Amino acid sequence: MTVLTQGLRDSGIVAWRNLLNVRRNADWLFAAVIQPIMFVLLFAYVFGGALGGGQYREFLIAGIFVQTISFNSAFTVIGLCNDLQKGIIDRFRSLPMSRLAVLLGRTTSDLVVSALALLIMSLCGLLVGWRIRGSFLDAVLAYLLLLLFGFAMSWIGALIGLSAPSVEVAQSAGLMWLFPLSFISSAFVGAGTMPGPLRVVAEWNPFTAVIQSVRDLFGNEAPPGMAPPPGWPADNAVLYALLSSIVILAVFVPLSVAKYRRVASK
Amino acid sequence: MPTDTAVRAEALVKTFGSTRALDGIDLEIPTGTVLGLLGPNGAGKTTAVRILTTLLRPDSGRAWVAGHDVLAEPDKVRRSIGLSGQYAAVDENLTGFENLYMVGRLYGMNKPDARTRATELINRFRLTDAAARPSKTYSGGMRRRLDLAGALVAEPQVVLLDEPTTGLDPRGRLDTWEVIGELVADGATVLLTTQYLEEADQLADTILVIDHGKVIASGTADQLKAEVGGERLEIVVAEESEVEATTRVLAEVGSAEPTVDRHGKRVQVLVDAGPKSLVEALRRLDVENVTVLDVGLHRPTLDDVFLSLTGHATEETA
Repeated sequence: MTVLTQGLRDSGIVAWRNLLNVRRNADWLFAAVIQPIMFVLLFAYVFGGALGGGQYREFLIAGIFVQTISFNSAFTVIGLCNDLQKGIIDRFRSLPMSRLAVLLGRTTSDLVVSALALLIMSLCGLLVGWRIRGSFLDAVLAYLLLLLFGFAMSWIGALIGLSAPSVEVAQSAGLMWLFPLSFISSAFVGAGTMPGPLRVVAEWNPFTAVIQSVRDLFGNEAPPGMAPPPGWPADNAVLYALLSSIVILAVFVPLSVAKYRRVASK
Repeated sequence: MPTDTAVRAEALVKTFGSTRALDGIDLEIPTGTVLGLLGPNGAGKTTAVRILTTLLRPDSGRAWVAGHDVLAEPDKVRRSIGLSGQYAAVDENLTGFENLYMVGRLYGMNKPDARTRATELINRFRLTDAAARPSKTYSGGMRRRLDLAGALVAEPQVVLLDEPTTGLDPRGRLDTWEVIGELVADGATVLLTTQYLEEADQLADTILVIDHGKVIASGTADQLKAEVGGERLEIVVAEESEVEATTRVLAEVGSAEPTVDRHGKRVQVLVDAGPKSLVEALRRLDVENVTVLDVGLHRPTLDDVFLSLTGHATEETA
């Protein structure tokens, strides 16, 4: 067996195990689905009226999609930290299995959870008036881009999970950094209304790139005043979103694998 | 490395910050025997196991397991070993069967083989009735059995058990001892760490006593006991106020400092002259008007060995 096929095979086994865990532990899906639905309802109906009504609700959904899949990376953080604490990582590291498999298995199972969450969020979006107005191919591309970005975020989560001193810390550390990243973007309001420095951050934030790409690909128009400020990141949203995801993977996959080799169960 | 040696380590050193967890450990386990690594908490037992199982790299020194260098050929070492750690490393949301099946698959077995092996182990470890239940519903002893079974999935040549009975009730301990006995009967080589002197005495062919990362004694249980020499005289008195006088008397009669359990009104000391020392002690206690409730003369236990080697008791008797 080559290194690659063994790595994929072992990752598949670890992902199977993680998904059994998800199925038997309803909290996970609860957090992945209920929380974003709450956000949809809050923004669509509490702020939505003031921000543009029906058109705002359609604008909002792309932001919710990206927030949902990126917040799912917290499962990688907590899952890996849990395995470390319980000595399961020790067991895995003493087995003749691929060094990549525990991490790839974890990020892969989270990808499955993300896909499921996206499906549910799409149905929820349809209920509040969001529609796919672009071509079928563009819609497929939008979903693939979302999953790729979610996968990349999970690898950042992997490094955090392996570095966290306890599950409690992992729980808050896994989400904390995502709040500023998802809010200082065009997820909920157009970046154009933000003050100078914040606007620059929002414009160049990879979250904004993914959100903008998804809006473009689904054909969701921004309400008046929320259109992205012109500039390279907005004009090349899909390219920038792809590049960001690839750079995140290129940096965090090797970092996480290196950390995994050295990590010790507590 | 000769083929009749299953595990061998030379001058292993590992430091964490300013702590020298291992300070030049040598060990050798002949194939098919059990080595007991005995020492208190923090003696370096777990560090030694982690190095031998490739989880940790030593700062210096070398080690071979089943003929493979742990530093140069970690993957071959992993194929030859089974590890059961200090805490039962089982996935609580998976059933007992699924836990073992997963480990089998990760050892490279195909699906039918992994299934067959998991079923075999479930039956052997008396988990048949619980096989289809998530392991979080298991008792501590059952979880430990499941973890131990996980270490044996690939029928490893060398099994490393890090404190396999810590935290178990007496029944769970006896259960685990039985399993380890069967393992050895099947020809496996076992390295076992423990803080329980009784456990090393029961299970190990050779015992290595370590403290502060150094080997301070080695040999069979009998050799270690002989090293301490003499016997242990134990006196239990009626009143706590009599403990002081008793301690004074035993210090004169004995060959070492007495150990005092004030609360239990119990004083012990090592003696050279056996029954003669016993008679002498009782005579003097009578002169002092001490009421003796119980008296005993014991062959030294490994507790005594440890005390006389290190000058301090093990964790459980401290």
